[in-house]
Amino acid sequence: MRNLWIFINRYNAFFFFIIFFTIGIVLTVKNNAYQRSVTLNSTNEVVGEVYQNLNVLKKYLTLGTVNDSLAAENAKLKTELLTLKNIDSAKKIVVKDTLNNPQYTYLSARVIKNSITLRNNVITINKGSADGIAPDMPVISPGKGVVGFVMDVSEHLSTIRSLLHKDTKISVNIKKSDALGSLVWGIGNSDYRKAFVKEIPNHFKINLKDTIITSGFSSFPPGIPVGVVTNTAVPTGDNFMSIEIKLFNDFSTLQYVYVILDKYAAEQKELEAKLPHE
Amino acid sequence: MNSRLVLVNIVRWFVLLLIQILLLRNLSFYNMATPFVYIIFLLLVPFATPNLLLYLIAFVTGLTLDAFYDTLGVHTAACVTLAFVRILFISVTMNRDGFDEPEPTLGNMGFKWFIIYALLCTTAHHLVLFFLETFRLAEFSYTLMRCFFSIIFTLFTVVLIEFIFYNRKMR
Repeated sequence: MRNLWIFINRYNAFFFFIIFFTIGIVLTVKNNAYQRSVTLNSTNEVVGEVYQNLNVLKKYLTLGTVNDSLAAENAKLKTELLTLKNIDSAKKIVVKDTLNNPQYTYLSARVIKNSITLRNNVITINKGSADGIAPDMPVISPGKGVVGFVMDVSEHLSTIRSLLHKDTKISVNIKKSDALGSLVWGIGNSDYRKAFVKEIPNHFKINLKDTIITSGFSSFPPGIPVGVVTNTAVPTGDNFMSIEIKLFNDFSTLQYVYVILDKYAAEQKELEAKLPHE
Repeated sequence: MNSRLVLVNIVRWFVLLLIQILLLRNLSFYNMATPFVYIIFLLLVPFATPNLLLYLIAFVTGLTLDAFYDTLGVHTAACVTLAFVRILFISVTMNRDGFDEPEPTLGNMGFKWFIIYALLCTTAHHLVLFFLETFRLAEFSYTLMRCFFSIIFTLFTVVLIEFIFYNRKMR
């Protein structure tokens, strides 16, 4: 017993290493799991407070660009409003119905922390469960393009698993041919302006400059523009096609995002949970 | 350990973590090389620190960074690995009882010793960091490349900072 104690004591550096390293690995693995109980991240109050204060300064630097994009969006919405006003009376009921009872509502939020340099990037926004945000809600950017999914929610803050994350997969369509694929980022590439669409069936013909839109299968509303095709010949190891696309939105200057609240999301989830698992 | 050393280390901890979180978190070259300069704190912890205390310091430092990077556990594991490599390297290269100098700085230890020490520690830290962050072997070569460039970047910055602040007693 005494000898064992001497042995452990002599090589204490190694044993301490094993203990602490195991704790680190366990934390990582737990953090990767879908359900997480630990909230030591940027939805944490102290951490969130620091980022919020920092953001007050950073906000001023991009004020001009944000103004421009908001003005452009305003103009677009005004045009749409005019079109809707001029719709003839026969169709008005339909329009009114969708206006009073829309499936999707948008909630605007300010980005208080963002990163583009890591393999798994997480965005923090200044709205939380008090504003009706729940995990897994889709998030888009104000102009064009998708941002990601809500990951964790605290009362006034929430984190978003951005598209620039290894676990984010979004179902998308090629607008022209309706070919289905899944949008991922970061396979041999960490340029935040580029992404890949994988698992497109081989028989589709895809041209450069084709537009990619969301398909509506992965909780995003259908038809949101995502990007344009820049390279159709990405080598793959499987029987599907991969293409490289240029994203419409710029993650490095993201200031505001829209969280999409889907009225039927809970209903759909409940219905699909009844399916027998294959 | 005298109280001045403890105070210096506490101040250094806050300053380096603030720089890392507020400034360097947003910095990268072509998304290939990302500097993690905060490890200079762990490199410069005094020789007289007991092993357990060193591990605890590394653990807490890693945990703090993880909170700000939203990567729970990754920096923690990397920092603990760094502490292990540091203990091994110091026990191999130095006389066990007679530490002439209080801290392993560039000025105290000489350029050759320090650069090997920093290189080994940085390599261990970055390897664990990048591979735990990616957490899959499919992107092995790409992760290795990012890791390699980041090691160069971090090492360069660490040596630069050492030259600026600790060069007075250079042998």
